[in-house]
Amino acid sequence: MKHWLTPAVALAAAAGLWSAPALAGKADDTLNWATDREVAVVDPYYNNTRELVVMGHLGWDALLFRNLDTGQYEPLLATSWEWIDNVTMELELREGVTFHDGSSFGSEDVVYTINHVVNEDNGVLTIKNVNWMKSAEALGPHKVRIHLAKPFPAAEPYLSNAVFIVPEGHYDSAPAGADGKKDFGAVSPVGTGPYKFVEVKAGEYVLWEKNGAYFDDSPKGTPQIGNVRFRTIKEMNTQLAEILTGGLDWIWDVPKDQAERLEATGQVTVENAKTMRVSYMAFDVDGDSGQDFFTKKKVRQAVAHAIDRESLTRNLVGPASVVIHSACHPDQFGCTQDVPKWDYDPAKAKALLAEAGYPDGFEFDIYAYRQREFTEAVIGDLAKVGIKANLTFLQYRALRDLVWEGKTPINHMTWGSNSIPDVSAITSHFFSGGRDDPAKDSEVIALLAEGDTTTDPVAREEAYKKALAKVSGELYWLPMFTYAKYYVFSKDLNFQTTSDEIPRFFAASWN
Amino acid sequence: MVSYVLKRLGIAVLVAVTVSLITFSMIYLSGDPAVALAGETATEEDIEQIRRYYGYDRPILVQYADWLFRAVQGDFGQSHYLKKPVGDVIFERLPTTMMLGLCALIFALTLSIPLGVLAAIRPNSLIDRVALTIAVVGQAMPSFWFALTMMLWFGIYWRLLPITGSASWANFVMPSIALGYYITPGVMRLTRAGMMEVLSADYIRTARAKGLRPITVLFKHALRNAIIPVVSLAAVQFGFMLGGSIVIETIFAINGLGFLAWESIQRADLPMMQAIVLVLSIFYIVLTFLADMLNAWLDPRIRVA
Repeated sequence: MKHWLTPAVALAAAAGLWSAPALAGKADDTLNWATDREVAVVDPYYNNTRELVVMGHLGWDALLFRNLDTGQYEPLLATSWEWIDNVTMELELREGVTFHDGSSFGSEDVVYTINHVVNEDNGVLTIKNVNWMKSAEALGPHKVRIHLAKPFPAAEPYLSNAVFIVPEGHYDSAPAGADGKKDFGAVSPVGTGPYKFVEVKAGEYVLWEKNGAYFDDSPKGTPQIGNVRFRTIKEMNTQLAEILTGGLDWIWDVPKDQAERLEATGQVTVENAKTMRVSYMAFDVDGDSGQDFFTKKKVRQAVAHAIDRESLTRNLVGPASVVIHSACHPDQFGCTQDVPKWDYDPAKAKALLAEAGYPDGFEFDIYAYRQREFTEAVIGDLAKVGIKANLTFLQYRALRDLVWEGKTPINHMTWGSNSIPDVSAITSHFFSGGRDDPAKDSEVIALLAEGDTTTDPVAREEAYKKALAKVSGELYWLPMFTYAKYYVFSKDLNFQTTSDEIPRFFAASWN
Repeated sequence: MVSYVLKRLGIAVLVAVTVSLITFSMIYLSGDPAVALAGETATEEDIEQIRRYYGYDRPILVQYADWLFRAVQGDFGQSHYLKKPVGDVIFERLPTTMMLGLCALIFALTLSIPLGVLAAIRPNSLIDRVALTIAVVGQAMPSFWFALTMMLWFGIYWRLLPITGSASWANFVMPSIALGYYITPGVMRLTRAGMMEVLSADYIRTARAKGLRPITVLFKHALRNAIIPVVSLAAVQFGFMLGGSIVIETIFAINGLGFLAWESIQRADLPMMQAIVLVLSIFYIVLTFLADMLNAWLDPRIRVA
């Protein structure tokens, strides 16, 4: 179902069976983009999908802005900020900014937003993105103080990516749901962002229009395209048909083989761009699963040497994908590749297996949930050194239960870090002793705690480096590769792909 | 007849309750709904928060009893994902699916009844073989493949029909054909069999002997009798199409009940899934019940069976 239409489409395109894509998007000044997800709730706090991360930056502004070229944080709604101590931050706010409803932006809006989202009773779906803050208070009409719940040096990435400001009282009008609880996600979206919300029809589209009153010196720039419409189209073949006939201007997550065929037609622009998502294999290092092979480090080493990760990234993932050696994304603060590495060496893998007492290999169960072909490539490599892996392919929610219960000898998983460019969003999540931690190594836990609570960047990097070296050295995880995504978009669209998997439609324009 | 009706109604209610119980259990068999609701990058804290917020930390039986108690009062709860009352969402989407089902049924009947009649009039002829071929192809061809093939030719090559959406009648042409074609074989073969049986009946011979025009014999006397089981089958197939339009709605991005069901399963929107399954099963049960009543009315032997 996924693959047959495109060859036919590509063939037809090459043969000139249809004309060049229609200019529907450019002609009516509407950028149409689609994914397979339905969007009903247009609020980045009450919808935790990638689509709302994208729309979050479209309709709202955060306090800070991350410059992707320099990696530095720049003013957005806040013009300056400083740490008072390791749990207190003060920010000066921008003047002259208005919300889409015409109200002026000021400190009361920031205070209201933060105090609302950190309150667990308000049911924010991405609570981890905000619960490092305890509260906020106004120090003046354009000055606020944020009190943190704990020392949290990664505040800047979150303040630029996950804390969007709504006007004071925004959620007060939320209707009560059938269960009597306030339905905050039902409130009509209002922000200060470059695009303002027009309409949502769940399962069909979300329409945004250019905010003509967007403030001039925003680092996001001045929006160029009149309207941006998100559409839900579940089936990839249908998305491809629509982009080739001008019904869509932009899609992503196109499978590699289909993207390459489309590129060959020359009808659309195809780009492969890196994302913040990484692939990893977690070992059952304490034998909870009942298959105790991976309690032996030599077996874990054998597995690491048996898998040809370079070949996997090159042949299956895409040119923007890279092999990683540590349990984080190379673009994240604190992530280093200066850790023990395990190169592809099947002969060494066989020797290690023999030393571990398995000269003829063994058989075990491997669990996965995403891109079956990637895990099958791993299984193929393991078979070459005599390890037979039986694949159990599950839905994410079913697999996560099993991982937490320790029932998976190896689980081949991925993690996107919510696009937060900081090691604390991944390494600290997986190796701080929680249910996702396969090793619960006290040394690693202590190092990560140090990195997570120290505000000195150099000290943080040092602590994380030691923790990452231990994780890779002991092979609690075998870090695999970074994910890359294929984007396909109209030749009429001037669009820049980004490394954090957040398309900036507000910066797009027509050619 | 009254006791027969009551018995059938009782069975229908039991089926509806059983279906809802099975659905409820299956949701939990496929994993923790709080994990699905929280999304892939959710942390333990996020998931615990959601579990508490939506009451998934209660025993499953308590959750089911709570849902059933509300449902019998007409309150299906609130969609966790869409943040709207489940009943409202279903009634928003139902007309689209009904329209699709109805168009598909009209297409299927328009194609299959004439072909079935022609095949019966000329058994083993070329037209019979053509009808048989259409039936076999319709039964064997996966609907998604047929749908994508149509999309390729009518949507991309020839640009005759819109590929996605439900804004106009043109949007329903390809989906209706793709959905309706699947039920065509059954209706066609039943029409053919019924017509062949009726055409050899004594009263048809009598009608012909009276000198009635062949067309009158065929449509007024033969088809009216042969079509009765087809009506029963069509009613049941209509129920099937309402529930079975998931693939077609997904391919053509039609925002109907089937699409909603698929989305709700993926995001473990428990109240929505429960209500959709219940509504669709009630449709199916009602249509089956009506077909039973029709058959019982036509054939008194069924009432005492």
